[in-house]
This record gives sequence, C-alpha cells and structure tokens, in this order.
Amino acid sequence: MLGKTAGGLFWMFRYLERSENTARLIEAGFRIALTRPDGSNDEWDSILRTTAASADYAARHDGLEAARVVDFVLRDTANPSSVMSCIAAARQNARLVRTALTREVWEAVNDTYMVMKARLARPVTMRDLPQVLAMIRQQSGLVRGALHGSMLRNDVFDFARIGTYLERADNTARILDVKYYVLLPSLAQIGSSLDNVQWETILRSVSGQRAYRWLTQGRSTAVGIADFVIFDGRLPRSLKYSVGKLVSNLGFLERDYGARHPCHDLAEALNVKLSTGTIAQVFDDGLHEFITDFIADIGRLGGQIETDYRFLG
Amino acid sequence: MNEPNGPFDEMLGQGAGPRAPYGDYAAWFEGEDIRELRRKAAEAEAFFRRTGITFNVYGQHEADERLIPFDIVPRIISGREWARLTRGIEQRVRAINAFLHDIYHRQEILRAGRIPKELIARNEAFLPQMIGVEPPGGVYTHIVGIDLVRTGEDQFYVLEDNARTPSGVSYMLENRETMLQMFPELFGRIKVRPVSDYPVQLRRSLGACMPRNASAEGTVAVLTPGIHNSAYFEHAFLADHMGVELVEGTDLRVIDGKIAMRTTRGYRPIDVLYRRIDDDFLDPLNFNPDSLLGVPGIMDVYRAGGITIANAPGTGIADDKAIYSYMPDIVEFYTGEKAILENVPTWRCAEAEALDHVLDRLDELVVKEVHGSGGYGMLVGPAASKKEIAAFRAKLQARPANYIAQPTLSLSTVPILTKAGLAPRHVDLRPFVLVSPQGVEITPGGLSRVALRKGSLVVNSSQGGGTKDTWVLEE
Repeated sequence: MLGKTAGGLFWMFRYLERSENTARLIEAGFRIALTRPDGSNDEWDSILRTTAASADYAARHDGLEAARVVDFVLRDTANPSSVMSCIAAARQNARLVRTALTREVWEAVNDTYMVMKARLARPVTMRDLPQVLAMIRQQSGLVRGALHGSMLRNDVFDFARIGTYLERADNTARILDVKYYVLLPSLAQIGSSLDNVQWETILRSVSGQRAYRWLTQGRSTAVGIADFVIFDGRLPRSLKYSVGKLVSNLGFLERDYGARHPCHDLAEALNVKLSTGTIAQVFDDGLHEFITDFIADIGRLGGQIETDYRFLG
Repeated sequence: MNEPNGPFDEMLGQGAGPRAPYGDYAAWFEGEDIRELRRKAAEAEAFFRRTGITFNVYGQHEADERLIPFDIVPRIISGREWARLTRGIEQRVRAINAFLHDIYHRQEILRAGRIPKELIARNEAFLPQMIGVEPPGGVYTHIVGIDLVRTGEDQFYVLEDNARTPSGVSYMLENRETMLQMFPELFGRIKVRPVSDYPVQLRRSLGACMPRNASAEGTVAVLTPGIHNSAYFEHAFLADHMGVELVEGTDLRVIDGKIAMRTTRGYRPIDVLYRRIDDDFLDPLNFNPDSLLGVPGIMDVYRAGGITIANAPGTGIADDKAIYSYMPDIVEFYTGEKAILENVPTWRCAEAEALDHVLDRLDELVVKEVHGSGGYGMLVGPAASKKEIAAFRAKLQARPANYIAQPTLSLSTVPILTKAGLAPRHVDLRPFVLVSPQGVEITPGGLSRVALRKGSLVVNSSQGGGTKDTWVLEE
C-alpha cells in the first residue's frame, strides 16, 4: 500500500471519530443546559476547550451563548474542528484513498457528507438539535457498519482502525483534561449537586452513564468514574480499551509486514501503564499530570506511526 | 417528428416506425408511463451523486462538483453497424501507431512527400526527446478514443482522434451500471453486448507491454495529477477496477534506474505507468521545469527502457488537428488500403487558398483551433451572431495557421426524455480502443455524448452536454 494511502485512511477515520465525539459532547452539554440551567455556561466553555476551539470562538464572538456555541461547534466551517469541517475533511481523505475503500464504505462516507451538508446548510434550532445529533451518530454507525461488513481484514483495515482508536484515546483524555478538577477528592467530597452534574457530563460524553449505573448499582463516586473512564477495558471509549486496540492493530501490521518499528514500543509502553496502573496511584501522583502525559504520549505515538509507515516523505 | 430534410434520427430514421435496432426498445417504451420514467431519471441522478461520479469544472470553486447529466434513453447500434465501425477503427489505430513509429524514426512519410515537413518540425506536439526511442512492445498509443459522428444511415465520419489521454471511459461503464440497476427487465428483452470487461482488458493490455527489466510481479500503476483534477474520479475508478495503485508525482522517485513508489514497506518499483497527466507535466527535468505533478528524471528512465509509459510521450503529434486532415493519406501510406472511415472534409487555414474559402463562408462553417480541445475557442458559424463572426474573422486573419475549418455537419439525433416525452438531440460517439502487441481490442459501446439544448451541436460536458448509455446489439 502507498504511504500516502495509509495516511489518508488514518486521517479519514480520525476525522470521522472526532465528528462523532464532538456530537456526543454537544449532546451532553445540551442535556445539562436543559436540566440544570445554572451550570450551563461552564458546559459551553468546556465544550469549546475540549474541542480546542476556544481561541477561534473568542476571535469571532463575545460571550458564551448556547445557540452561538452550538452553531460554531456544529456547523461553522471557519472552525476546523466543527462537526461539518471534520466530515468534509473525512470525505476529502476518502476521495484521496478511494481505491483502498470498498464501494460500500465510500458511499457511506459520501452519503454522510451529502446528508449532513444539506441538514447543516442553515442554523439548527434548539428544537431540531436532538434529531440532528442523532443523525450524526447514525451516519457514523453507517460508515462503521460498511467498514466492518465489507472490507478485507488487511493493512487497509488496520490503518483505519489505528486512526479511529488514536483519535478516541485523545478525545476521551481531553474530556477528562477539561473536567479533571471535578473529580479531585477534595472537591468531590463536598458532594454538591453541581459536582454530580459535572460527573454526569463526563459519563454522557463517553456514552457511559447507563453502563456505569449498572456496574455500580447507582453508587457514583469521583474515583469510581475516573477509574471507569481510564482503566475499565470493557468501556469502548475508555483509555484502556482504546490503547489496547491500538496495540492489537499495530500488532497485526507487525505480523503482516514482518517488521517491528519504534511505534510498536511506544504503544506497548502506553498499554503497560494502563494495565498495571491503579486509580489510587494516579490520584497520588496527580490526575492532571497523568492526563497531560497521556495526551502527549498519544501525540508522539501518532507522529511515530506517520514516520514508520511513510505517510509523508 | 422527423422533418424531411432535417438531421438523421437514429431511432426514427426517414421512414415510418422506428429503425430496426430500436424496434424492441420502442415497443417497450410504448408501454411505459412518462412520469414514472422521469422519476427513474431523478433516481439515476441521486445514484451518480452517491457514487461520486462528479467532475470539477476548471476555474470554479473546488466544492462545486458537478454531475454530467445522464439521459436514460439508450443510444443503440446494430451488430452489423458496429462490425463495420470496428474494422475502420482498427485500421485507423494501427495506422496511427505506425505513423508514430515512423515519425520518431526514419520519417519515411515526410521523405515520400505525403505530409509537409514543417507540419512536424514546427509542431509543439512533436517531442524531439522521443526520436529513436523504442517503446516497450512497440506500442505508442495503448489507449485511444476515436470520436465519431453520423449524418445518415451509412455515413459515419471521424471527427477527432484522441491519442494522448482520452477520458470518459468511466462514464461508459457507470452509465451501463446505472441502466442495469434501473431497467433490469430491458436487458432481459434485448441482448446488449457487455462493456464491463474493459478494466480487465486494460490491465491485461498494459501488462503485455512490460519493459525489459520488469519485476517478477509486473507492477502497473495509474498516475493522476491529484484530487483536484477534473477527471480524478475516473483515475481512481480505473485504478480501483484494475486493482492497481493510484499514484501522484509526490509518491514517486527514481531508484536504481527504475521508477519506484513510496509504500508503507519502503519503495517498490513500477513497471508500467498509465499516466493521466500531459506530456508537458510528466518530467520537470525534461519538459516544463515548473511542473509539480510529474517525476523528475522519468524520461531518462523511459529512454533507458526502465519503464513503460502509457500512452507514450509525444503521441499528441498524431491527434493534432492539423495532422488530422492528412489522416486518409496516413492510413493509406501505412496500411496500403483506403481508409474505411471517412474524415470530415477539412480546410487548413494555413493554406492561402483554403483561408480565402473559409473567410468567405464563416457563417456556414465550424472553425477550430488546431491545438484546442473541450469545445473551447471554436466558432459554430450557423449558430453565431454577426458580432461573434466578425470577432472570429479578426482572430483567424491574425493567425491563420492556428485554425482549421470544416463544414457544419448535420449530426444525427437520438431522442432524450423531456417533460413532454421524447425529443431529438444531436449526439456523437467515442468508442474506446486498447492496443497491445497481441492486437487491438474495441469495447462494444463507448461514450455517447448528447447536446441537451434543442438544436445545439456542441456535446462537450464543459459546455452543457450530457451522456447516454451506448448499446451494441448481439447479432
């Protein structure tokens, strides 16, 4: 496979994953704004920070108004990390790697682009927002289904999955990074209603609120939530699960090509951290430091994969 | 519907009732509801958009991906008509290859005085870098598109030879796919020859022209200028359907006398490159130094026999419009036979007598730029205003050698589906031809382009033309 094609697949699936995660963030924020109006401004600020769009937003708008933030994060093409920008970038990469995709996958991505472009051509009213967000999730599911149902399990598939899980690990870590302070024991012990709202946002952003309740019979604690989102290998958006998948997909490439690269060592070191670490240790050493290190590690791993598999020159 | 002296309609002919090749189709059409068919046509458009069969128009914003309009009424050619056309096309394509070999070697045809020497020497399409080069397998034009027009029951003319990088074959294939999806019952009733083997034939045909030091696998790749090119869809389509890599100049470099592509496992040699970029941009070291699309040094590798380039560089000298007027002589010179397919009578404005004739009849003639393409920079006399003719007269007088002129042919019509039902529109036909050392293969069908505006003779997609599926009947 061409290095350029591997890079195109990697980025195509990173952008798709990012658009879906951003839609989840908006969904969580919207939900909080509806049920707890007092905490909603913080929510919009968190969403902008999590998607790294604060500076771009501040350059264009004054004040955090719900409709404006949603519009900026959802459909403004001046915002490179808006859902619409990500879908357009994913489709552009799909055109670039058209020969590596099955017709089904290409059509699912192209269809997603056309459907969302038409739906997001005009601002979305608050009344329509839930339906639009559901549409984004459904379209993502369509692409994922086409990928799983029609693609050969070879290096093409591996690079697509590596892009997906690298982005997912990064996004979940960013959600924690922006919200880490609400999980710190000193604050959590207060147990005010605001803290509970914030915990709920984190769980909703990773589609884990119901699962968490099942696992804990409704007994939420800050440590428990942090443990769940970082270390629980059963949650498909946890750091542990994402990194585990990165290791296995990179492992397929290693076996397939018969060549081990520095990126394999980086991924495995990261996996060891998550397999042997405990939440108590993380809180002792500092949750914020742990997350900051993790995001930097993921960035390095992405760069190393790009070098090892010759995405560029 | 057919006026007595109007253009030849391929469905209705001159008599009563449909012509024989359209008999079964017309009978089927009788039983159909126009509104239902219009709905099908809208369905086809959605299908094309989802598949991404779009093109970018030069000079427009990249986001404006346009569809070439597709008409659901097929253009039907009988087996007998096709047999005659293919004989003519094969003869012409063999002559073009022989001409190219001669023009880059001994130039017998110039010595024999059949073509003026200046026409070659001063022609930009002639590449001195190709003199004495033996292309692998002896093939210059691996892929050719011959543009044909029809004016009557038995009158076919070659309008243009496309010997550089003819495009449109993906439309031939996707138009058929679309028709099969929409009207499966029609294909049960009418025996249409399939076109879907084209990508496999192309792969085989390219594979038969390996360079001397080819790798054991015999690697083929398609070279595209990139995602912003108007024909990118077709480049990706062909690479995908052949099962070969689609590369850009930035993926390639010269390593150990071979062209190699950057893969996830290091550089791998390419043996045959089906390039979809023009000669000018192929090699910044040997041609246009500003080109970012090509591969520096590829011409040196080519001349040393390290790679096959399809089509060979320099084939443009065979489809130049000034050379076109000599095609009947070229066919006779190399095959020893009279040309089976006729040329459109052509006045070379470089010749004083011809220029006078053309200037006298600008309102009747079609005048074309010698190096132009895509329907740009031409005058269609009968359709032009007095002002346009006057402006063109000035251009023609300033640079007569830059133009040729032809009579305005009364192109045949085939009906399209309109709101009011069937309505005749002018068409042309581009069959696709593959050349390898094993022989010449012509896919039964081709691209039928249709002028969608009533009365218009310009079928180019960049000028509002559409396409039709082209059926060659089993007989």
